[in-house]
Amino acid sequence: MSTSIDDTTAVPVQRGARPAGKPARSSEGGGALNVFSHGFLAVWAVMILFPLAWVVLGAFKTDSQINGSAWSWPSHFHFDAFTRAWSKGIGGFFANTLIVLAGSLTLTMLLGAMAAYVLARYEFKGNRLIYFLFVAGAMFPVYLALVPLFFMVRNLGEISPYLGLNSYLGLILVYVAYSLPFTVFFLHSFFRTLPTAIHEAAMLDGCSHTRAFFQIMVPMAKPGLISVGIFNVLGQWNQYILPVTLMQPTTAGESDHSMLAQGLVNLALQSGYKSDAPALFAGMTIAMLPVLVVYLSFQRQVQSGLTSATLK
Amino acid sequence: MRHGKYPFIVGFLFLPIVLYVGLVLWPYAQTFGYSLTDWSGQSQEMNFVGLDNYTKLFGDEVFLGALGHNILLLAVLPVVTILIALFFAFMLNVGGRSGTGGVQGVRGAAFYKVVFFFPQVLSIAILAVLWQAVYRTDASGLFNGVLIKLGLVDAQNPVAWLSDPNLVLWCILGVLVWSGVGFYLVLFSAAMQSIPKDIYEAALLDGAKRGQTFFRITLPLLWETVQTAWVYLAIVAMDAFALVASMTPGRTYGGGPDHHSELMSTYLMRNFLAFGEAGYACAMGVVIFFFTLILSVVSLRVTRRERIEY
Repeated sequence: MSTSIDDTTAVPVQRGARPAGKPARSSEGGGALNVFSHGFLAVWAVMILFPLAWVVLGAFKTDSQINGSAWSWPSHFHFDAFTRAWSKGIGGFFANTLIVLAGSLTLTMLLGAMAAYVLARYEFKGNRLIYFLFVAGAMFPVYLALVPLFFMVRNLGEISPYLGLNSYLGLILVYVAYSLPFTVFFLHSFFRTLPTAIHEAAMLDGCSHTRAFFQIMVPMAKPGLISVGIFNVLGQWNQYILPVTLMQPTTAGESDHSMLAQGLVNLALQSGYKSDAPALFAGMTIAMLPVLVVYLSFQRQVQSGLTSATLK
Repeated sequence: MRHGKYPFIVGFLFLPIVLYVGLVLWPYAQTFGYSLTDWSGQSQEMNFVGLDNYTKLFGDEVFLGALGHNILLLAVLPVVTILIALFFAFMLNVGGRSGTGGVQGVRGAAFYKVVFFFPQVLSIAILAVLWQAVYRTDASGLFNGVLIKLGLVDAQNPVAWLSDPNLVLWCILGVLVWSGVGFYLVLFSAAMQSIPKDIYEAALLDGAKRGQTFFRITLPLLWETVQTAWVYLAIVAMDAFALVASMTPGRTYGGGPDHHSELMSTYLMRNFLAFGEAGYACAMGVVIFFFTLILSVVSLRVTRRERIEY
């Protein structure tokens, strides 16, 4: 059984046992308890960091070292495994992911904010119904739509190859559509909390509705936009089932537009046959490091953005 | 807000609604229709077969097994993850009670929060590939390596983790817990920090012990957040597709050995893309939908409580 499971079973027992084991010495008990809690925290931190470090080290090992023992130390620190991983397509997968993410994120935020704004601040017939329809979409599992979605995107490809299976734009539009429910839901409540006075003053000065949105409301909604933006970045970056279903080459000659996640998994499956484990570890490192660096630079924003988006 | 209001509303709503209805709502609706046919997916030909797909589903051993695995994940994952995350969050925020009687977290709380959150930013597929290497069945896997080093496992006879029918699902669960705890720890921390310190100080003056403080103050005030976490973890448990499909053995989309880690979603994908049974796969989609629906209704009912204002 895995260590994390062992740990989980231990936790409730320990917590339940603590008050009994520690008679009324609450102020002095701090020291011992700190050791106790630090122990658990440190063990978990090691459990997170150790596998990651092990993967990075693996990129520098030789094939026989990796296939020999888990404990071998890399004999040489050359970067040729990284070059091999890159030439096997990791670089291309990265580029594909960035292209799709850039497009889908921009569109999600723009369209989501537009819809949420109108629904939150304008009275018109059908407002509640449209809002309800958007929110309802957040409850449905994506598996419900998978089969028709595949054929719909394939049919779009017959109209224009830029929209069909294995196309960037097709996947971007699908990402946007499936991110809209949560984005609209979150920004709807956010736009409602913004003061109306500034907006009304601008309207009296002859500002158009569109200008009021882009120049007044969007800047005021920035904190909300950042929260939901981070949520969408992680959500779309973590997406697996949609690219696996939709980014399939339909003919043999078509170029591979796999997302990073998908490409890496394929590389892992291939390496079982080709036996180039260092390149696989290097590929994982290439896929992990940039994200970790970005996260470490913005960790405060990421954590607070994600929690506020979730708690809404 | 008088002139130009309606053109503006229509202009702003048009694209989002077209995309949303076209790519989300319409496919959802179509699935219900297709689930009543014997459509293979490749040809245009389909016949209405009524509820045949559904009767077939509930006699399908593999699908029923998959349903059971989904239920197991749903029952275990949220409980385990929330317990660990709550424990860590409590330690990080109020656990480090110093001799002066102040209420504070242990040293290095910021460091732990950053590190525990790591798996959350790594894409789930990266985690899958990483853990596949960790769970390798020979001595070169990290787990077997550690266990052999500790002398717990015979080097000649390492544990078969993902190829062991009794272990495979627990291995997947382990990865889910490992990757999820950090996020819920941060979530609970944020909620704990919004609880006024004077409540803790008052409890401290009254001689409350740590356990009492946790169960009488922290947990009740945190209940709404725990409820949110529960719903999110249920979604995660329903969505273990990426891990199972890429880590476990089996013909297309994992699920092995011998269907012991099969989920409704992996079976759906196999029927759809490998077996060419689109209608049957749609019926599974509908079952997943109703399953999720019942789940959210039940969890909202069960966890409903008086809202505490502070």
